[in-house]
Amino acid sequence: MFLDNIMIALTALKSNKLRSFLTMLGIVIGIASVIAIMIVGDAVNNSVMDSFNNMGANTITFYLTEKEFEDENDYVYRTMKSTDMISEEMITDINEHFADRVDKIVLTASMGQASVSERNKSTSVQLSGVNAAALSSKDLTMLEGRTLSARDFSNSAKTALISDKAAKKLYGNNYKNVVGKPIEAMVGNKMHTFTVVGVYEYKKDSSIYSSSDSSNTSLYIPLRTAFCLDNSDISFGMFEIQAATGEDQTKLTNDIKDYLNVHYYKNNDLYNIDGFSLQSYIDESKDAIGKIKLAIAAIAAISLLVGGIGVMNIMIVSITERTREIGTRKALGAENGSIRMQFITEAIVICVIGGGIGILLGKGLGSLASHLLHISGSVSPLYVAGCVLFSMVFGVFFGYYPANKAAKLNPIDALRYE
Amino acid sequence: MAGEVIIELKNIYKRYYVGQPNELEILHGIDLTIRKGEFVSIVGASGSGKSTLMNIIGVLDRPTEGQYTLSNVDVSAAKDKELSHIRNEKIGFVFQTYNLIPRTSALKNVELPMMYNRKSPSYRRERAKELLAMVDMGERMMHTPDELSGGQKQRVAIARALANKPSIILADEPTGALDSSTGRMIMDLFHKLHKEQGITIVLITHSNELAEETERILTLKDGVITGERRGAAYVS
Repeated sequence: MFLDNIMIALTALKSNKLRSFLTMLGIVIGIASVIAIMIVGDAVNNSVMDSFNNMGANTITFYLTEKEFEDENDYVYRTMKSTDMISEEMITDINEHFADRVDKIVLTASMGQASVSERNKSTSVQLSGVNAAALSSKDLTMLEGRTLSARDFSNSAKTALISDKAAKKLYGNNYKNVVGKPIEAMVGNKMHTFTVVGVYEYKKDSSIYSSSDSSNTSLYIPLRTAFCLDNSDISFGMFEIQAATGEDQTKLTNDIKDYLNVHYYKNNDLYNIDGFSLQSYIDESKDAIGKIKLAIAAIAAISLLVGGIGVMNIMIVSITERTREIGTRKALGAENGSIRMQFITEAIVICVIGGGIGILLGKGLGSLASHLLHISGSVSPLYVAGCVLFSMVFGVFFGYYPANKAAKLNPIDALRYE
Repeated sequence: MAGEVIIELKNIYKRYYVGQPNELEILHGIDLTIRKGEFVSIVGASGSGKSTLMNIIGVLDRPTEGQYTLSNVDVSAAKDKELSHIRNEKIGFVFQTYNLIPRTSALKNVELPMMYNRKSPSYRRERAKELLAMVDMGERMMHTPDELSGGQKQRVAIARALANKPSIILADEPTGALDSSTGRMIMDLFHKLHKEQGITIVLITHSNELAEETERILTLKDGVITGERRGAAYVS
C-alpha cells in the first residue's frame, strides 16, 4: 500500500514536471542554505578548535592572586613575601595527590633578560629555567646537538639550549659549531657560564600568551640550575598542569585550587591561588560560534518555511484538479484514511526529493565556501539524516491539511465535479 | 425464477436540506427488491430521482428514512468506513464517463479496487490480467486511458468493476457517451457476463430501447416507482 502510494505520487509528479520542479525548488533552496551554513559553521568551529588545541587544550594555569574580600576595609596592601609563593612542597603534594588526574606539571622560572656574548658579539635572550614537562610542551625542533637530558635536570647541570636565531647572531653561518662550547650570560650583574648542548629551531610564537616582543629568543636551562643562579628557594608565582585525557577540566581546576587554598593558603591574610583552563575558553567560543551558526541557520530556515507553504499551496491545487479522481477512488472503496495517506505521501515525496537535491546542493555550496575560506568543511551524516527526517516531517505537516480536505470530500460531489 | 435477495429497499426516502425552509424530498418511499443473477434496468427521465436512487443503491449516499439491506446486511446507518468497505467488496461501478484514473495503465486501474482491499500485489496483477483478457483488453493492458477509445475505456471500467467479485454491477448510463455500435458492444458484454457468469447487473438508463433488453424494467417517475414489467427480450 505504501509503495503503491509512492508510485501514485511519482506518476502525479511526472504528469506536471515543471510545476513539481518549481514546488521542489523552494524546499531545495531552503535545505541547501541550511546545510551550507551548517557546513561552514562547523568548518569555522573546527578551525578555531584546532588553533586552541595547538596551544594545548589540556593546559590549566594556576597563579597566585590577592584574595577577594567582602568588606573592603579588610583589605590591607602589602608586598608579596617568599612565604606567599607556591613552594616546591606544594607542587610535590599536588603531583602525589592528583596523580591520576594530572598528566604532568609544567614549571618555568623566568630569570629575565640576559645578555649572552661570544668574543665581541652579543645578543639578548630570555633566560628560562624549565623542567622536563615544560621543555616537552615547547615542542622544540632540534637542529643540532641534543636536548636537555634527565641528567641535566637531576644534576642541575649548567647546560643550555640556544635558538638558531641567537646562535646566528653570535656565530654567523657557522652557528652549528656552537654546540659543546661555553657561552657566557650576564644576569643582573653576575656572569654565568653555560655549556650549549643543542640548537633549536626558532618559531614565531603563535600563542595568544606570547609576549609582544618576540624578537628575544629563549635560552633554556634546567629549572634547578636557574634557582641555583641566585641561590633562591624553589618557588613560583604560577604553574601549569597538563590534565590527564578525559578529565573534566573545570572540575579539576576547582579541585586543585580548593586543595591548595585549604591546605596552604587558609591562614594567608592576602594571597591565595586561582586557576583557569583553556578548556573553559574553548567551551565559551564553541558556545558562541554555535549560537551564531544557529541564528543564521534559523534565518535560512525561513526560506524553508516559504518552500513548505509552496508545497501546501500546490497540494491544494492538485487536489482540486483531481477531485473526480478522488471521487472515483472513493466509489471503488478507498477509505478516507487511504485518500489522506495518498496525498500526504505525495507531499512527503515532493519534500524528500527536494530535500535530497537540497542536501547535495548545500554540500556543494558549503564545500565551495569552506574552500574559499581555506578551512576544511564536511557534512556530517547526522545533518543528512536530520534533513531527510525533517523533510518527511515537513511533508506530513504541509501535506496534512490538503490531504485531509481530500479525504473528507463527499464521494457524490467529487464524482460529479467538473 | 432467480436466487436469494441481494438488494432490498424498504420505504426509502431521501430529503435534502432537512429542517430548512427549502427542504426537498427527492425519493418518496421506494420499495425495491433485486435477486441474485438478475439483470434489472431502472428507467426514468432526468429529474426523476434516478441518480439519487443509484447513489443510495451504490452506498455512496445514505437514505434519510427507510431500510436498505444489501446481502443481508443493513447498510442504512453504516459509518463512512463501513460504506467504503461495502462499496469495495459488494458493488462494482460502471460510469457513463468511465472514470478511469488518468495517466495510470489499464492494468493499474483494474488493480485499484483490489489495492484498497489489501490484496497482495502478485494476486492483484494476475486477477487484473485475467479480467482484462475477459473483456478483450489483454493486448492493451499497459495503455493509459488517453491512449484508449471510449469503448475500450468502458471495457477496462467493467473489468475494474468485477475485480473484487462484487454482489452487483451498478451501471449508470454505461453507453451514454458512446456511439451506437460501440454502445452495442458494451451491452453485449453485459449480456455475456450476465448469461455466462450469472452476474447481477443493475442498469440505470433513460433509454427504453436498452431497457427492453433486460429481464425486468422498473420505471421511476418523480421519485416513485410507477411501473414494473418484464423486458421485451424476455417476454415469451
